[in-house]
Amino acid sequence: MSRVGRNIHVSVDRLRQLAQREGRPGRIKADAGTCPKCDSHYSADEMRRNLRVCPACGHHFPVTARERMEQLGEPGGYVELWPELRASDPLQFTDLKPYTERIAEAEKSTGMGEAIVCAELEVRHQPAVAAVMDFTFMGGSMGAVVGEKFARACDHAAQKGLPLIIVSASGGARMQEGTLALMQMAKTVIALDALAEARVPVVVVLAHPTTGGVWASFASLGDVTYAEPGALIAFSGPRVIEETTREVLPADFGRAEAQLKNGQVDAVVDRRELAERIGRVLHILARPAGGDASTAAPALQWAQGGAQRVGEAVQALPSLPRKMMDRMRPGSTDGEDPGEAPS
Amino acid sequence: MSDRKQGGRFRKVTDKVRRAPEPQEDDLWERVQLARHAQRPYTLDYINRLCTDFEELHGDRYFADDAALVAGFGRYHDTPVAFIGQQKGRDTNERTYRNFGMAGPEGYRKAMRVMEIANRLGMPVVTLIDTPGAFPGASAEERGQGGAISRSIQMMWRLDVPTVAVVIGEGSSGGALGLGVADRVLMLENSTYSVISPEGASAILWRDASKAKLAAQAFKPTAANCYRWGVVDAVVPEPEGGAHTDHEQAAEILDQYLSRTLADLGAMPAAERRRARRERFRKLGPLRDPEGGMGMATGRETPPPG
Ligand SMILES: [Zn+2]
Repeated sequence: MSRVGRNIHVSVDRLRQLAQREGRPGRIKADAGTCPKCDSHYSADEMRRNLRVCPACGHHFPVTARERMEQLGEPGGYVELWPELRASDPLQFTDLKPYTERIAEAEKSTGMGEAIVCAELEVRHQPAVAAVMDFTFMGGSMGAVVGEKFARACDHAAQKGLPLIIVSASGGARMQEGTLALMQMAKTVIALDALAEARVPVVVVLAHPTTGGVWASFASLGDVTYAEPGALIAFSGPRVIEETTREVLPADFGRAEAQLKNGQVDAVVDRRELAERIGRVLHILARPAGGDASTAAPALQWAQGGAQRVGEAVQALPSLPRKMMDRMRPGSTDGEDPGEAPS
Repeated sequence: MSDRKQGGRFRKVTDKVRRAPEPQEDDLWERVQLARHAQRPYTLDYINRLCTDFEELHGDRYFADDAALVAGFGRYHDTPVAFIGQQKGRDTNERTYRNFGMAGPEGYRKAMRVMEIANRLGMPVVTLIDTPGAFPGASAEERGQGGAISRSIQMMWRLDVPTVAVVIGEGSSGGALGLGVADRVLMLENSTYSVISPEGASAILWRDASKAKLAAQAFKPTAANCYRWGVVDAVVPEPEGGAHTDHEQAAEILDQYLSRTLADLGAMPAAERRRARRERFRKLGPLRDPEGGMGMATGRETPPPG
């Protein structure tokens, strides 16, 4: 029986059903929890201290965006950006209940303004901008606010020359914003190029679940892509595929471990090692002090105020030892040209 | 078809669209049905009428050729133009062969391959969108359906050459948007453009497969609405009764809009086109306005080009 027909999006409700079918909690519990895999019980404090990973079996519970920021950031925390942005209802959309009601409920139950939190933070002493999605807010779905905050995070990171860390957890585009939600896929992908122009890296962490229009836009465009153990990563979810094609899918379909084998992610990283891993890769990719004007320069075409920034960067050059520059350009005696500095 | 005459028509239709009343439920459902009419012209029907010659390319050079998406180069008004679009089939065999216009990663990679060549050789890219969505299959996921679509979006945005996307029938979900990031997006009068098909939405949001009509009403995915939202730049009229009644005339009208749009874009410097392309998508999606001062676009304020 094909009820879904040609639908290719994974709905939040479907994921919840799926999660329940598999004995996972449909809603994220911000407090105490029982491990669905091994039945161990943990107090709210233990859950938080264990980064919401079961110490007995390694099961990864969902994490809210703000708690994720605390997990990734240094003590002292993070500075949240644009928390004031809120969704509108361009279609006056109603399904089983009006969209405005759903939004109000989500705002109330999560205490959040939207399904994404953007912030500046330091991950193991590496400064970065982070855009972290929150599945508790309408399934982490991407509407105009998620798109806008994400785009601003890209511009902000590019302007400051900071790497961008993305943590995705989303059922896809927000249906209730219709065609305009679809357009956020284009908006976010385009925004990412600010970072390409600024020559700063993008690290993506795929949390459970990352599906639909989020996987098919910015979440699949990281320079380095980690996935949390067990995370479902797919454009079409298993239920939709089973209903459409009658395929019988393996139990690990679309899961992080399978997607590693498929070549879709770089590594499956345990949450308890995630901050260390991100900090390490950002350290490897960090440009030498003084930056590199030749490669940073295109950033000024991008964001407002960029020209000034690059001007400062050029003045700060050259901090490289003359010897090193000479070695890099045999036959050249001009060590002053910032255009040849290594990146 | 002189330029002056086209310009007049362009304005007349978009004025009509701007003033059109909100379509009612039955009218909306009729649009959905028209958008997927079995006799509606498909991508190759348009390409064969628009181009004096067309060389279709096959294969993504990695894995396979995807018949759900056609791509190649055509001679259009005596200039080379790349055409890319999802292709549906009419009879059972053809539908199966074309996979109902649902492209897999190979389809989008073939599209990117052709876009790259077009960009290198300096020819405009025209995409024709007609799909219920990208193919939902295990093999497609294993070979990176999500990444293929996101990279196709990224490549379309990065192109230096003029780009035009035309929604000719059914434009649903990321599978449609994978070919939709262009300088100008046109939409045929009876086509639809939405985040999901009405059937998919019905099952998910109403938990009831029979609510597709209701879903269509909620999503309002018509050309007129997409124009109001700023998602498309112009609505291309169809022959009386719909494009399926007269393929020749449907192609002729599209030709007028397409040739004019390409001429306009060709007159812009490449850097300006890219800047405008970024702005175009950046402003889509209204935010709540608590103090009347967020400065976000909340709909169309300026008339379309033409
Ligand atoms: Zn456990």
